Amino acid sequence: MLNQKDILSTIEMIDQQHLDIRTITMGISLLSCCDPDAARACEKIYDKITRCAEKLVATGEDIEREFGIPIVNKRISVTPMALVAGASGTEDYVPFALALDRAARNCGVNFIGGYSALVQKGMTAADERLIRSIPEALARTELVCSSVNVGSTRAGINMDAVALMGRVIKETAAATADRDGLGCAKLVVFCNAVEDNPFMAGAFHGVGEAEKVINVGVSGPGVVYHALQSVKGAPFDVVAETVKKTAFRVTRMGQLVAQEASRRLDTPFGIVDLSLAPTPAIGDSVARILEEMGLEVCGTHGTTAALALLNDAVKKGGVMASSSVGGLSGAFIPVSEDEGMIAAAEAGVLCLDKLEAMTCVCSVGLDMIAVPGDTPAETISAIIADEAAIGMVNNKTTAVRLLPAPGKTVGDRIEMGGLLGSAPVMPVHPESSGDFIARGGRIPAPLHSLKN
Amino acid sequence: MNAIVTVVGQDKVGIIAAVCALLAENNVNILDISQTILQGSFTMVMAVDAGASKVSIGELRELLEQLGKKMEISIRIQREEIFDAMHRI
Repeated sequence: MLNQKDILSTIEMIDQQHLDIRTITMGISLLSCCDPDAARACEKIYDKITRCAEKLVATGEDIEREFGIPIVNKRISVTPMALVAGASGTEDYVPFALALDRAARNCGVNFIGGYSALVQKGMTAADERLIRSIPEALARTELVCSSVNVGSTRAGINMDAVALMGRVIKETAAATADRDGLGCAKLVVFCNAVEDNPFMAGAFHGVGEAEKVINVGVSGPGVVYHALQSVKGAPFDVVAETVKKTAFRVTRMGQLVAQEASRRLDTPFGIVDLSLAPTPAIGDSVARILEEMGLEVCGTHGTTAALALLNDAVKKGGVMASSSVGGLSGAFIPVSEDEGMIAAAEAGVLCLDKLEAMTCVCSVGLDMIAVPGDTPAETISAIIADEAAIGMVNNKTTAVRLLPAPGKTVGDRIEMGGLLGSAPVMPVHPESSGDFIARGGRIPAPLHSLKN
Repeated sequence: MNAIVTVVGQDKVGIIAAVCALLAENNVNILDISQTILQGSFTMVMAVDAGASKVSIGELRELLEQLGKKMEISIRIQREEIFDAMHRI
């Protein structure tokens, strides 16, 4: 018989500490949908997605009911669309995004990721067409998420792509100006993108993956926060141990749900992503965990060290709990999606430069940060370049998801609603990076020996 | 299939009787019961075998929730595996 205390502690985690499965994401390969005729390719895409993911949402809901554990999102990721659309002799890639959107709606999922291009070393004609179509694609669809990988540790940083992405982000904001530039919340620029990430907006189904696969993302900032409240003032060894034990429990639950979903959907289990993903709900914040470690406000001195400990302990605890760990696996620090981060940014303590430092020690990057609407495209590109450099040199994934809200300036706030939350507009450096970005070309891959 | 029923709330007459009656009506066998008053709250944990249940575990969950609402307590049923996964290696 199970221990009564254990049972009640699980129930408390679910009821009061926001423990949930953040997402079950089905990855589907669309390589078999390539067709010289674009309309035919779109049909094949729609058919394959709706066939594979037909029961995804219903199965997720069944598991939710039987195990009594909330599964917040059911989502789909697909092969980077530039690879599929490139086979068609069309210049207009927006219909591919529309096909994804229709398929996602039909399946009842809340996002579909993979309107993507991988251009870390160079751009094919198809990659460039896809990237240039992103603003229109995101404006005309609701559920499609887009990502572009502009750098990697092995290839360096494609600065032509970085320059282009600065402009694309601005155009995406302009194309969705009526919704505070919401399109940008669905667009991520990566360095070292991973092929099995279940989290949006950066999820895509890599070419090294199977035909279809189930990946699961767990969550649990509230549970970690609560656990740390019981070790107030204790040394960091105790803090790390406490986080590890909590992460182990949370991940075991993720593993169970992943296996169950995989069995019921007759789809191979891929990975569990061990990320601490916050939500705007009170008590579900990564920032509050850092503050619980002894920081007055997240963003003050000590924040990077606190985050480094947290990120590492989550991985150490989670790794043993799952048979296969992957995705991004680390603490997320999306500003608009984290109640404590929003408060710290509004208090003026958390700034863009500190967030950049924090991304050196955690996944995934400068995420969901509102910047003034009149920020030049070159400045956005330069922010992407900085972030990509951190990822490239440190052999880790980094990403940028900036929201240059049209017409908004420092002191304003943008509202996206739901899980995307709301964000105070944060200042960027006004000095120009224009000449730096205008150079183009490629920043070479870093040396990985002579490490002193 | 084993499941865990948990009941938490203000203590009152007839909680155990009502929950057991509902389970019996649906042919769910009770394997073990433990009950205490925890920080002033009535707290009961039951291990049950729902393998021969007349209704699915999803429907059972709804019936128990309705009963909970009527009695102003929280009643839930969850498959046992979730607790095993989280608390046993």
